[in-house]
Amino acid sequence: MDSKLALYIVKRLTLAVVTIFLIITITFFVMHQVPGGPFLSEKAPSPAVTKALEEKYGLDKPKSEQYVTYLKGIMKGDFGPSIKQRGREVTTVILQGFKVSLRLGGTAAVIALALGTVLGSIAAIFHNRMIDKIIMVVTTGLVAMPSFIIATLLLLVFCVWVGIFPANGNEPGGLILPIISLSLYPMSYTTRLTRSSMLDVLSQDYIRTARAKGVKPSKVLFKHALRNAVTPVVTYAGPMIAYIITGSLVVEKIFAVPGLGKEFVSSIINRDYTMIMGTTIFLGTLIIIMMLVSDILYKVFDPRIQLG
Amino acid sequence: MNNTNEMPKKNPLGFQLNLKDFEKATDEEKAQQVRMSESMTFFKDGMRRLRRNKIAMTCLSVLILISLLVTFVPMVYPYTYEQQLGVAQGKRIDKTYNNLKPFEYGKTELEHIANGEKIFPHIFGTDAAGRDYAIRVIYGARISLLVGFFAAIIVLIIGVIYGSVSGYFGGRTDLFMMRIVDIIYSLPDMLIIILLSVVLNQVLTPKIEGTALDKIGTDMISIFIVFALLYWVSMARLVRGQILSIKQNEYILAAKSVGSSPWRIIKKHLLPNSMSVIIISTALQIPSAIFTESYLSFLGLGVSIPMPSLGSLASDALSGVYSYPYRLIIPAIAIWLIVLSFNLLGDGLRDAFDPKLKK
Repeated sequence: MDSKLALYIVKRLTLAVVTIFLIITITFFVMHQVPGGPFLSEKAPSPAVTKALEEKYGLDKPKSEQYVTYLKGIMKGDFGPSIKQRGREVTTVILQGFKVSLRLGGTAAVIALALGTVLGSIAAIFHNRMIDKIIMVVTTGLVAMPSFIIATLLLLVFCVWVGIFPANGNEPGGLILPIISLSLYPMSYTTRLTRSSMLDVLSQDYIRTARAKGVKPSKVLFKHALRNAVTPVVTYAGPMIAYIITGSLVVEKIFAVPGLGKEFVSSIINRDYTMIMGTTIFLGTLIIIMMLVSDILYKVFDPRIQLG
Repeated sequence: MNNTNEMPKKNPLGFQLNLKDFEKATDEEKAQQVRMSESMTFFKDGMRRLRRNKIAMTCLSVLILISLLVTFVPMVYPYTYEQQLGVAQGKRIDKTYNNLKPFEYGKTELEHIANGEKIFPHIFGTDAAGRDYAIRVIYGARISLLVGFFAAIIVLIIGVIYGSVSGYFGGRTDLFMMRIVDIIYSLPDMLIIILLSVVLNQVLTPKIEGTALDKIGTDMISIFIVFALLYWVSMARLVRGQILSIKQNEYILAAKSVGSSPWRIIKKHLLPNSMSVIIISTALQIPSAIFTESYLSFLGLGVSIPMPSLGSLASDALSGVYSYPYRLIIPAIAIWLIVLSFNLLGDGLRDAFDPKLKK
C-alpha cells in the first residue's frame, strides 16, 4: 500500500468520524427542540408526574449535561431506555430488529449485485440485440419505481391475486417478497452500470489483443473484461446499502417483517423519541461505514483512479 | 510601354509580393463569404438534438399533458378533493357514498338520475370517506409535480450560488466550503429527512397557524426546508468542478484584466458555460424529489390530511387492497409514469447538452 492511498484512507476515516459525530449531535439537539418534551403529546399528565418522569429520564438537567451523558452512553453502546415501550432498552430493540433486517437486507444486496452483474454483462455482450433491449426496457421501468410501489404491487399480485406467498413476514417463506421488493431497484441499477462499463471495456484494445492471440472467449470475458467492468459497481455498493436501509423501512412495514425498519416507523408514529434517536444514529453510522468501505475498496481495486 | 491596368509580371524566384493576392474580391467570391446558415447558439443546438430524440420528446409531451391535466381539471371538475359526498349539512351521513366502485353512484345521486338529471360519474369511484377518487389522484399528482419543481428550483439556486462562489474564489475559501459539502454529502439524507420532518412538524405547527403558510401545511414546508438544507450539495459540487476548469481559460484572465467584478465574471462567463451541467442535474433532481416526497407521504410524514399525495393515497389503499386493488394501482401508475418520464427526459437532456457525448 502506497502512502497516497494510506493518506486517502486516513482522510476518509476522519471525515466519517466527524460525520457520525455530527449525526449524533444533530439528532440529539433536533429531537430536544420538540416543544414541551416527549411527554407532552400524551394526554397531559399532572405536573408532579411529568416532573417525576423528567427526573427519571434525566430531562431536568441542562441540555449540555444531557448531551454529554448521551454521548457517553453511545460510546458504551447504550442508547438509554425506550420512552414508549415500558422497560425496554433501545439498544436491545435495535439489536433484535437488526438481526432480522440484516438477513433481509443482506440477501437483497447479494441478489441485487449478483443478478445485476450477470444481466448487465449479458446485455453488453448481446449489445443492441433483442435480449439487450428487453433488459434495458425492464430495468429502465424498474428504476423509476419507488420501493414502496414495488412492494405494494408485489403484495397485490402475489398475495392477493395469486396467493402463493404469505403477506406476513413472520410466516415461512414470508421473507421472499420483501427480499424481491428490496432487490429489484438496486439490481436494475447494477445491471445498467455493469452494462455501460462492460461496453466500454469490450471496446478496449487489450480485449482485441486477447481475442487476436486466440484466448478462449469465455476467458476473455471473465478474466479480462468482467474484472475491469465491475469496478464501478463497487462504488455503487455504498449507496445501495443506503437505499436498501431506507427501503426496508417501508417494505418491512408493508409485509409486517419484525425488523429494525418496522421498529423505526412505529417509533415515528408513536413519537418514541429515544427510539427515533437511537435508530437514526445506528442506521446512519451503518450507512456511513458502508460508504467508506465501498469508496476505499474502489481505490484499492482500481489503482488508476486519481486519489482526491 | 506596358498597359498600366495589367499587373506587372512576378519574377517566380523573386521575393516581391504577389500582387494578385491584393486584388479586389469579385462578387462571386463575396457570395461565398455569406453565412450559409443561421448561427447556432449552444441552447439552440441542444434543443435541436433534443427534438430529434423521440423517447425524450414523448416523455416531455406526457409531462406537459399531465401538468395541463393537474392544472385545469380541478377548475372544471364538479367535486373537490376534500368534499365528502355523503356528508350534507343537517343530514345524517349517507354511507352509500363510501367505497363506491368506479362509475357507481350514491343513493341521492341515483334519485337525481332517475329524475332525468345528469350527474358527473365517479370515474375511479370514491374512497372510504366518500371522496371522489379521481380528483384526489389528480391533486396528488399536482402535489408531486409541485414538490418536484420547487425542490429543483431551491436546489438550483443554492447549489449554483454556493458552487460558483467556491469554485471562483478557490484556495482556502474553496477548501473550507467543500469540507462542509463533503460532510453534508455523507450524511444519510433519508434518515435526516425523516428526523427533521418529525420535529419540524411539532415545532412549526403552532408558529405558522393562521398565516398564509398554514395552507401549504407544515409537512410540505419541512420537506422544502430539508431540500434546502441537504440536497443542494451535489449540484454545488458539479458547478464548482465545472467552474474550476472554465476558470483556466484565457478569456477569464482577459475579463479580469479589464477589471470585471467577480460577480460579473461568474454571471457572464462562468455560469453560461456550465449551463449543460446545470440543466442536466436540475432535470434529474425533479424525479428524486418526487421520489422523496412520495416516500415520506407513504410513511405518513408527507402532506397533511385531507390533502392527498400519490404516496399517501397508495398508503391508504394498502388497508383495503383485497377489496379495492385499483385504488393502489392508480396512484402507483401515476408515480411511476411521472418519475419514468422525468428520468428519460433527463437522459435525453444529457445526450443533447453534454458536449462530451457529442459525436
